[in-house]
Amino acid sequence: MRYDLILRVVAKLMIPFILLFALYVQFHGDFGPGGGFQAGVILAAAVVFYALIFGLADARKLVPEPLVESMLALGVLIYGGVGVAGLLLGGNYLDYFVLDPNPVLGQHRGIFWVEVGVAVTVSGVMLKIFYMFADRGRMDDE
Amino acid sequence: MALTVLVIARSRNLFGVIVLGGLYSFLMSTALVAMDAVDVAMTEAAVGAGISTVLLLGALYLCKSEETKPVRKPWGPLAASLAVGGVLVYGTLRLPEFSDPSAPIHVHVAPRYLNEMKTEVDVPNAVTAVLASYRGYDTLGETTVVFTAGAGVIALLRRRRKDRQP
Repeated sequence: MRYDLILRVVAKLMIPFILLFALYVQFHGDFGPGGGFQAGVILAAAVVFYALIFGLADARKLVPEPLVESMLALGVLIYGGVGVAGLLLGGNYLDYFVLDPNPVLGQHRGIFWVEVGVAVTVSGVMLKIFYMFADRGRMDDE
Repeated sequence: MALTVLVIARSRNLFGVIVLGGLYSFLMSTALVAMDAVDVAMTEAAVGAGISTVLLLGALYLCKSEETKPVRKPWGPLAASLAVGGVLVYGTLRLPEFSDPSAPIHVHVAPRYLNEMKTEVDVPNAVTAVLASYRGYDTLGETTVVFTAGAGVIALLRRRRKDRQP
């Protein structure tokens, strides 16, 4: 990996804003365009950007592979868990009305956790695929 | 967009093709914004132009960057794709006009979602409400599909890496 000062400084400036934008897209998804899928992709894009500039080894240190692999399954488990929580509280599967005494707030809570699950799985899958491809090319050997 | 597709089809330099593919995705997302589908446009810009371009560049790193000359002239496949495209265009001729309020999709469940949403879900973005609440099962299925895709890629790529090591 060549040491490229301008790219490194620009990346350091931009990555916090990309991460913040991902969180904005995630939690503002109820009010504006966006949601879990888009936020997950933007989150993964920030880490991919980091890996391209600072090298794959540093990115692996920042977001280790076991974490990414468990994110893959964790997201689906969160989503399914929301459904099971609805069952335990006496509703149907994926029924959000029972999650809170106020049914509308229950809907908000259900949508929030479901979107979190989607974001976790999507960013995990995107990152994992990127790691796999980059690993086969051994980009970090240079 | 048509120009981009023509250049992609003619070009033999794969790097240029990948960059033009990203350009095509951005043009597509502007078209989607013009049709008021902001959520889809955002996904197209992030996935189509961002992540898939990076993944294709990663794949390009593993192979040669020039496409080889085809062995035979592709008249048969060309005729097949033109025929399929023609049938699809013929199918769209009888579809209702864009944003026609009396089209079947606008009179089935959409009015119920839009009218009851304020009292039932109270989320300003209708797309999020339908996606996560009314169609929760579908989105669970989609998340599982994404998970399965990731697991498949892991299964395919990891085994080869182990084979090469000894």
